[in-house]
Amino acid sequence: MATASVAHHDGAVHDHHDHEHHDNFITKYIFSTDHKMIGKQFLVTGIFWAIIGGFLSILFRLQLGFPEMNLEFLRPLLGGWIDEGGKLDPTFYLALVTMHGTIMVFFVLTAGLSGTFSNFLIPLQIGARDMASGFMNMLSYWFFFLSSVIMFISLFIKTGPAGGGWVVYPPLSALEQAIPGSGLGMTLWLVAMTFFIASSLLGGINYITTVINLRTKGMSFSRLPLTIWAFFLTAVIGLLSFPVLFAAALLLVFDRSFGTSFYLSDIYVAGEALPNTGGSPVLYQHLFWFLGHPEVYIVLLPALGITSEVIATNSRKPIFGYKAMVVSMLGITILSFIVWAHHMFVSGMNPFLGSIFMFLTLIIAVPSAVKVFNYLTTLWRGNLIFTPAMLFSIGLVSFFISGGLTGIFLGNSAIDIQLHDTYFVVAHFHLVMGSASFFGLLAGVYHWFPKMFGRMLDARLGYIHFWLTFVGVYMVFFPMHYIGIAGFPRRYYSWTNFEFSNMYTDLNMFVSVAAIITFAAQFIFLFNFFYSMYRGRKATQNPWRSTTLEWTTPIEPGHGNWPGEIPTVYRWPYDYSKPGAAEDFIPQTVPLSQTPESNLPHEQELVKLELEIMKDEAEVLVANESKH
Amino acid sequence: MYGFLIGVGVLLLLSIIWMVYRIQTLVSVVKGSDKKIATGSNKINAILFVVFLLGTGFLMFWYSIKEFDNYQLPVASEHGVITDQLFWITMAVTGIVFLITHVLLFIFPYKYQYKEDRKASFYPDNNKLEIIWTVVPGVVLAGLVISGWMAWSDITAPAPEKAHVVEIMGYQFAWDVRYPGKDNVLGDYDYRLITASNSHGVDFTDKNSLDDFPSPKVVIPKGEPVLFKIRARDVLHSVFAPHMRLKMDAVPGMPTRFWFVPTKTTEEMRAELNDPEFEYEIACTEICGRGHFSMKKVIEVVEPEAYQKWLAEQKSFIQQNPALAEGLTPEMKELAEIQLSESKK
Repeated sequence: MATASVAHHDGAVHDHHDHEHHDNFITKYIFSTDHKMIGKQFLVTGIFWAIIGGFLSILFRLQLGFPEMNLEFLRPLLGGWIDEGGKLDPTFYLALVTMHGTIMVFFVLTAGLSGTFSNFLIPLQIGARDMASGFMNMLSYWFFFLSSVIMFISLFIKTGPAGGGWVVYPPLSALEQAIPGSGLGMTLWLVAMTFFIASSLLGGINYITTVINLRTKGMSFSRLPLTIWAFFLTAVIGLLSFPVLFAAALLLVFDRSFGTSFYLSDIYVAGEALPNTGGSPVLYQHLFWFLGHPEVYIVLLPALGITSEVIATNSRKPIFGYKAMVVSMLGITILSFIVWAHHMFVSGMNPFLGSIFMFLTLIIAVPSAVKVFNYLTTLWRGNLIFTPAMLFSIGLVSFFISGGLTGIFLGNSAIDIQLHDTYFVVAHFHLVMGSASFFGLLAGVYHWFPKMFGRMLDARLGYIHFWLTFVGVYMVFFPMHYIGIAGFPRRYYSWTNFEFSNMYTDLNMFVSVAAIITFAAQFIFLFNFFYSMYRGRKATQNPWRSTTLEWTTPIEPGHGNWPGEIPTVYRWPYDYSKPGAAEDFIPQTVPLSQTPESNLPHEQELVKLELEIMKDEAEVLVANESKH
Repeated sequence: MYGFLIGVGVLLLLSIIWMVYRIQTLVSVVKGSDKKIATGSNKINAILFVVFLLGTGFLMFWYSIKEFDNYQLPVASEHGVITDQLFWITMAVTGIVFLITHVLLFIFPYKYQYKEDRKASFYPDNNKLEIIWTVVPGVVLAGLVISGWMAWSDITAPAPEKAHVVEIMGYQFAWDVRYPGKDNVLGDYDYRLITASNSHGVDFTDKNSLDDFPSPKVVIPKGEPVLFKIRARDVLHSVFAPHMRLKMDAVPGMPTRFWFVPTKTTEEMRAELNDPEFEYEIACTEICGRGHFSMKKVIEVVEPEAYQKWLAEQKSFIQQNPALAEGLTPEMKELAEIQLSESKK
């Protein structure tokens, strides 16, 4: 078994190590407390969900692109959801849209992105042996796994999964009479999300604690790689906002099962007047979006963090404006909590509130703009190496610009009146949040695959994967802007009932074909991923010639990450192409005193301090040694 | 058939990729390019960024210009002209930023692609630049926000008193329309009063409701303010009249409103578009269940005189169904009788 070879490898480097591990298959691969294994577990589960989520979108794109098509060939899979005429059932169409959103936002881009890279990279990049609590970390994954199982089961029940849109607004999501998906499917959705929230909180507490407490010597906050800043702030956002979603879900459970009226009022449905009065559906929307909007940044910030790291490394240049990057991420973090109601301009809430949220929303565009300009300046006069990770990072910046700019339309309440809930919104958030974060995830996988599995992904397959996906994503989502400006509403099974939307069948067909090709292209990645895991070229210790700490570990680090002492950090993580230095990168572990030729004037001052500290430490060490 | 074709396509794609992959791997091993920092692919990728920039840039301009009349819906309300203007101003501003940033983003990879003899310039920060690109977007956005805010305040201001009131009620899966009648005041309603013959749940003990009448379509006068009073009976819906640039959620338990001034009659729009079939439509834009995509209501905009004439011709709920007046107090019944007798004249 694979355990044997790894265990052997561990044994060789365990000389300085005071803890011994005799892992069996279960403790190593299943109930593992090693942050690296947990990260990989999140990644593989995330990939599984991405395939499901992507496939669901292909199903409803078939309906939208080829409304006349006979879908009889899907009957073996979908059974009764294909009617006698070979058409997709309209209720099931809504369920597909709902589950696509839920899966992509929560299971792929939250768990798959934060779960994978926060777990994998935080201890490695800050110089820690593991997370603050390995057990909680393990629980975090297994709550997520349980949540996944429940959500997956809900796809197959007779009344179908939840079908009220991924936002599951009541009263639709509260009334089984209104849509069958609001029966058992919605119950399972709520249970699954409860476990998911528990998982996120367990993970988030761990990330925050680890970053604050377990940084290695010399790793001050101002020397943290931007990835760590991003994961840290993401965890803070999640910790503060997910409980609010939990509250929203809990009240919905009460309304559904215990006859309360938090969200329900004055309802006459299926020939019957319900007793509920005094509730407000708008209350749910406020609670939901109090998580829902920060959620956008929960999926985006880690992707931006990864991109910062990848772009700096492959431009062979320090990231431009490190402090500005940190400050803008802090700004985004704070502002993300006070913009939620821009999803609700026409929900019937007080228009004055709309004005306030319009101002706050457009402020958040400023730190986002700063980040884009900083990325561009980092590329400027660099020495760019196009690894697949670098390509995906540049793609991310492009999506971030394209999707971010359309946010300026939607954040403006007057313009939003027309665009709200049209395909313009679909185009906007799929680019800025969906595709950008997805590209961040892929960039991360391509960049840290050697650290994860000790082997390289094939670069050429990576290039093909990138270009097909990059072009494909634009071909899918860019045309949606036109459809949206023309007023096509979201979540429509078909547009032929209305004269204003009875057009663009050609464009919709084009979008669907592009979606199928883009989806197919992901299998190149899947092949590359699983093939290279076992048969890929062996990685070197620092394949991208990067400065950060994770590349100072052995090629396949054991539990505990560094066989000997945890390295000390002497400099920030972006000393690329420093004038005077022989190599075009200086790892964080190289003391300033060893690089007098490349030190900047203010660093020369630090050298003295550094030497004093090192002297003190040497004395302590000698004293300790003599005690033995 | 499609399934088969897709299957064949996927298979073909897979086998091609497999072959390319094997060949490339072998070639790279022979050439020893694995050990180089940047291989020939670096140049190809750099060039592809420029190709992508030019190709998609061309596609975007070509399609945007060609299709302009298709995706730009004609506008038929006063505030719609303003929001459209804001839309296109924002488009111009963001369009410029979009182009500049993308040209830089795709030209830099070409220009600064890896060369062995060059070293990247060490340029970690520049506070002046950071301040410039914080302040400039800030100022531009402030301009956009303030103009948007002014428009928003006007649109959401209370409706003029003389506005013609129309009640639109969403339910699964259609809209019901109620007019207030001569008094221009809608009668009370209560969802518990809803029956097969009283789908709105109108409370006929309120005398304002006696002259209320239903209508199969929304008829409104051109050039005069119209106030939509919007509510829902079961789940959330949203009234969307694309040509009026109007959208407002219909919320059970919380009536909402939207007022506007239509500027073109249906006839005028038919002439303008050269489409004798044209109708203004209302669609639903809040997911509401199986029939979400089919909640259509027609709006007919007519000249004010024609509107008054149409109003006079309409029959109230009571006139259409005298049974609704049963069970009223004697006083109310009398008022209802007057209604009924008026209709017989």
